[in-house]
Amino acid sequence: MPTRTASLAWGAAFLLLAALAIPWFLWNDSTVVAGLPVWLWWHVGWMVLASITFAVFTQHGWGVWMGGWSA
Amino acid sequence: MVGVTLAAAGPLQSAVTIQLGIIVAYLLLALGVGLVAYRLTDRTAEDYYLASRTLGTVVLLFTTFATLLSAFTFFAGPNIAYGLGPEWILVMGLMDGIIFGVLWYVVGYKQWLVGREYGYVTLGEMLGDRFGSPTLRATVALVSLFWLFPYVMLQQVGAGGALSALTNGAVPYWAGAGLITVFMIVYVVLSGMRGVAWTDTLQGLFMLTMVWAAFVWVLSAVGGIGAATDAVASTNPEFLALGDGSSSPSLLGGGAYSLPWMLSQAIGIAFGVAMFPQVNQRFFVANSEKVLKRTMALWPVVVLLLFVPAFMLGAWAAGLGVPMPESGNILPGLLAEYTPTWFAALVVAGAMAAMMSSSDSMLLSGSSYFTRDLYRPFVNADASERREDLIARVGVAVFATLAFVASLFNPPSLFVIGDTAFGGFAQLAPPVIVALYWSRTTLSGMLAAILGSQLFYMVTTFTPPAGETTTVLGVVVPGVIESFAGWSSSVVGMLVGLALVVGVSAVTSASVAERPSVLQGPADD
Repeated sequence: MPTRTASLAWGAAFLLLAALAIPWFLWNDSTVVAGLPVWLWWHVGWMVLASITFAVFTQHGWGVWMGGWSA
Repeated sequence: MVGVTLAAAGPLQSAVTIQLGIIVAYLLLALGVGLVAYRLTDRTAEDYYLASRTLGTVVLLFTTFATLLSAFTFFAGPNIAYGLGPEWILVMGLMDGIIFGVLWYVVGYKQWLVGREYGYVTLGEMLGDRFGSPTLRATVALVSLFWLFPYVMLQQVGAGGALSALTNGAVPYWAGAGLITVFMIVYVVLSGMRGVAWTDTLQGLFMLTMVWAAFVWVLSAVGGIGAATDAVASTNPEFLALGDGSSSPSLLGGGAYSLPWMLSQAIGIAFGVAMFPQVNQRFFVANSEKVLKRTMALWPVVVLLLFVPAFMLGAWAAGLGVPMPESGNILPGLLAEYTPTWFAALVVAGAMAAMMSSSDSMLLSGSSYFTRDLYRPFVNADASERREDLIARVGVAVFATLAFVASLFNPPSLFVIGDTAFGGFAQLAPPVIVALYWSRTTLSGMLAAILGSQLFYMVTTFTPPAGETTTVLGVVVPGVIESFAGWSSSVVGMLVGLALVVGVSAVTSASVAERPSVLQGPADD
C-alpha cells in the first residue's frame, strides 16, 4: 500500500507538469533560437521531462490512489 | 487546343491514378489484416470487442493514438496553425501529453483493474453494476451514442468529400462515402478489435513516417528551418509570440490563444477523449500492467514527435505564402507546392485512410454500447455468447449504414452535434471519476450529474449567442451565454457536473442495490 506522502507527492508532480506545460512566463515572447521560438523549445524539453516523470512514476509510484486495489 | 488539354490533363490524370492506387492498396491491406484477424477471433463478444484483453504496448499505444487524432493531425491541426499560429502545439502537449497521460492512469488503470476483475466491456456496464441500476447503464450508453453517431457521420462526410476532391468529381460524393462505408463494415464486422488494432498500428507508424518525411522534404526545399521561420517572422510576426497578443497572460477573458481559451481547449478535449467510447473501451484491453505503464511513459514523446512537425508545417505555410487550396486543407496545398506529386498523393491518401481508421473503432465501440448496454439488459437478457456476437456484428453494419444515410442528407444540426462532441463526452468525466474514487457516491448523484451537466452543455452550446434569438418549429429560442469570462461552456459544464455529483450524493443515501465494493477493490471488502 503506497504511503500518504507518496500519494500527495505524485499529485503535486502531476499538477506541476500541467501548470507549466504552457510556459505562461514566456508570454508574448517571440525570441527565435535555432529556427524555432523559445516557447517551442520549452515544449520540447517539457514533454521529454513529462515522459521521464511518467516513466519514474510507473516504476516507483504505480498503485497510488487505487485504494483497495493496490494491496 | 486538344493537345494542350491533353498535356494539362496528363499529370493530373497520373496523380489521380496514383492516389486511387494508394487508397485501393490500403483498403485491400486492411481487408487482408481483417481476414487474418477473423481467423484468430473466437466467436464471443469479449474477444470481438476486446481481443480477449491481449493487446501489447505498441498496438495499444498506436491504436489509441491513430483512432483519435488521425484526421486532425493532417487537416484540422495544420489549418489552425496556418490561420492562428502554432501555439496549438502547446494545447496538444497539455491536453494529450500531460492531462490525458494522467487520466490514462487515474481513469484507465482503475477501469482496467475493475474490468479485469469483473469482466466489463463498456463504461455503462461497469457503472450500471456498481450502482445496481440498468437505468444508469442505459443513460451512459444513450448519452454516448448521441454524441458518437454524428461524429462517425462527420468522418464519412470527410472521407466522401476527400475522395470526390481527389478524383475531381469522377467519384461522386455519395459513391465515395458509400465505398468507404462498405469497406469499413466488411472488415470491422469480420475482424473486431484485433483487426482494428492491427490496422491502426500500421496507420500510426505510417502517419509518423509521413509527417517527418514531409517535414524534412519541405524544409530542405525552402532552405532550412531558419529560413522557414524567418519567412513567418516577416509575414506573420504575431505567430511566433506566445499567446493572443496581450502583453501579459490573464486568467479571465480574451479570444483565441488567450490563457482561458487554451486551457479550456486542453481540459475540455482531454477529459472528452477519456470518455469517447472507442478510447474508454481501450482501457479494458491491455494484457498486463506493463503495457499500461509503458504506454503512459511513451505518451508525451509520441505527442511531441507527431504534432510539432505537423503543426509547424501549417505555420510555415502561412509564412511561405502558400494559398489555402479549394479543399480547405493547407497541408495538401503545401505539399503540392514543394514535394513531388507521388509524395503529396501518398500523404493525402494516408490522411484519408486515417479517417477510416477513426471511424472503424467508433463503429465497434458504438455497436458494443448498443448491444451490451441497451439490447442485452432491456431486450434479451438471456442471449447466448454466440448470439451476442452476431448482434454485435449486425450492430456495426446498422450503425455504419445509418451514419452513411445521414451523411447523404448532411443535416446541419448533426454537424453541430458532431463538432461539439468532445465537450459532450467531457461532461461524463466528473461523475465517472468521482464514482471511481469516492465510495459514498450515490445513484441519485450520478443521474443528477450526468443529466444536469448534459442539459447545461447542450443549452449553452446549441442555443444562439446571448442577445440573439432563433426560431425552431415556430418557437422563438432566446440566446444563452456560451463563454464564461473566456472559459468554454464545456469546462464550466464539467464543474456543474462535479458540484451535482458531490452535492446530491452527500444529501442522498445509497439504495440497497448499490455495490460500492465493485470499484473500491478487494482489500476494502
